[in-house]
Formats: sequence, C-alpha cells, structure tokens
Amino acid sequence: MKTIEQTMEEILGLAAQHFKVPREQISASDDFYRKLMNDSLQALELLTRLENHFGIELPDYEVQGVTDFRTLASRIQARL
Amino acid sequence: MTHHQGQTLSWELKYGALELALHHPPCNEIGTAMLAELELFVRALAAAESSASAVIVYSRQAAGFSAGADLRELYANALPLTPAKRSAGVREFLERIHSVLNALDASPLTTIAAVHGVVFGGGFELALACDLIVADKMARFCFPELRLGLVPGFGGIPRLQRDVGNAVVRDLLLTGRSINATKALAVGLASQVAAEGQALCVARAAAAQISKFDRGASAAAKRFLKPIPREELRREIDLFCELFVRPAVMEGLRKFVESTDAHPYLP
Repeated sequence: MKTIEQTMEEILGLAAQHFKVPREQISASDDFYRKLMNDSLQALELLTRLENHFGIELPDYEVQGVTDFRTLASRIQARL
Repeated sequence: MTHHQGQTLSWELKYGALELALHHPPCNEIGTAMLAELELFVRALAAAESSASAVIVYSRQAAGFSAGADLRELYANALPLTPAKRSAGVREFLERIHSVLNALDASPLTTIAAVHGVVFGGGFELALACDLIVADKMARFCFPELRLGLVPGFGGIPRLQRDVGNAVVRDLLLTGRSINATKALAVGLASQVAAEGQALCVARAAAAQISKFDRGASAAAKRFLKPIPREELRREIDLFCELFVRPAVMEGLRKFVESTDAHPYLP
C-alpha cells in the first residue's frame, strides 16, 4: 500500500506532466483550479488521468469542491 | 451522396465505411443546426447501404465526442414560451432526433462510435445508438440530466438498459457521475479501448474487418442482436416533456447558460 506521501508525489508528477509545467512549480497546498486550469474540462481530463494511473474510480461528486492537491490525495488514497 | 461538407458535420465514404465527422465547436452540442445535418446524413446513410459496409461516427473537436444537447439554444428557445408551447417545441425536437437515432440504430450497416474526451448526455445517446463504441482511454461518459431536473431525452435510458445491467443504469442516471473508458469497457458499454488519440484508427481497423463479411448476414445478425426498444423510447419522450415544463428546469438551464465556464460539465 502506498503512503499518502507517495500518492501525493505521483499526483504532483502527473499534474506537472499533464499541464506541462515544471514539477517544482507546484506543491501539495496549491489551488490547482486557480494555478493550472481554465475550465472544468481540464479538471475532467486530470480526473481521468488520475483514475487511469491509479487504477481507481473517483466519482465526480467526491472531488467536487476539492481544489488543492493535498485533499485530492486523501480522496485518492481512500480508494487505493 | 457519398460526400458532404457541412457546418456542423461532414461525411465521406472511405475504404467501404461511411465516416461521419462532427465538428461543431465547442464540443458538438446538438441543436437545430446539427439536427438538420444529421437528418441529411440519415438520407445519405440509406443511399450508402449498397456501397458501404460500416459507419464510423467520430469528432474532430479536441474537447470530445459531444457534450450533448445545445442547452443554450434550448433555453433561449424555451424562455419566451408558455409551458404548453415549451413542451410542444421540445417534443418536436425530440421526435426529430429520435427519428435520426432510430435510423442509425436500425441501419443494416454496422455502426461504430469512435469516442474521446467528453461523451455526455445527448452525445452519449448518439454513441449508444451505434453498434460498437470504441473509446479513447481519455473518454468520459456521463448522463448529467438530473442536475437540470431532467432525464436523458434522446433515447439514452432505453438504449442504456438494452446494453448494460440495471445497477450501472441506476448509478449513471441517479448519481449523474461520469465514468472513464476502462469502466465503460468493464460494464459492457464500450467494446474496445484505444490509446490516446487512436480511437478512430482502431474503429477503422474494425470497419475493415466488418467489410469482409456478407452484408446480408451481418444485417440479419444485427436485427437479431439489437432490437430497438420503440415503446420505451416513446415513453422517454413523454417523461422528458412532462419534466421539461417544471420551473426548476428553466432555473437549472438559466444557471448553466449564465456559467462563465467554457465547458461547464462538472456537477
């Protein structure tokens, strides 16, 4: 089982790759909506990429209102 | 007509498959413009029965296959009308789109939806009218209609019930959540999952395989395997029209229309 720190690191790596930003420019407490996204389509794409990477299902309503990577990591960790 | 270049969609006969490309920005919203061209396509589909063996429906929009009904147009058209006229107007639209999707569903040609990105609402219903769904691994399927106080109106419920188990039908419809391609494959909605950007390529390979078979036998197999749930489709139109006149629907549509998000898809 992955630790929450490992999960977080993988999320940040995936987000950096997906949004084409240097990994060191994003951190766990970042508001990813504000920092990386223009619309909810991008949120959907990130959600799909995370599901594919972790091999989980993450219903939209579980991430509704989640804007920081730390909370997102805890939602994903609960499904691993 | 084996070739058509339209405003919202185009088609051409290519290697024995009639390829229908949707290209109506931002994400192939289905309103009166696309409906009119889909009606033209249905006529071309009938004419192509002797020259094609398969149909491939895909999107050229980066955002996805289709975000579904054009809710902005739906709201603008309904706003000035009395509830009775609103219901009559939406029923007319639904009868026309059902006629298109029923023709696609019943076509003797084997039909393949090659989908990516957003496959929501009416877009999902268009894909469900096809025989096979090839899903890009970044595709996302959703019936968000309950968020607006509605049910799917383009035949989604009966066609979903035809294809998958009731637990999945209820989960998709009653939670309004979206599912990815892997899940869609697991529950029997999608036939194949393709790598990112490869759904059309995979669909063309399937179409090439389909072209090897006797058309009469393929058409007979399809009729046997895939009956059209006409009575349920009719009841779905009635239910949609009944719900559509409720004030909560216009309020939900207003919020959607006034959203500043270019793709207000998340719940």
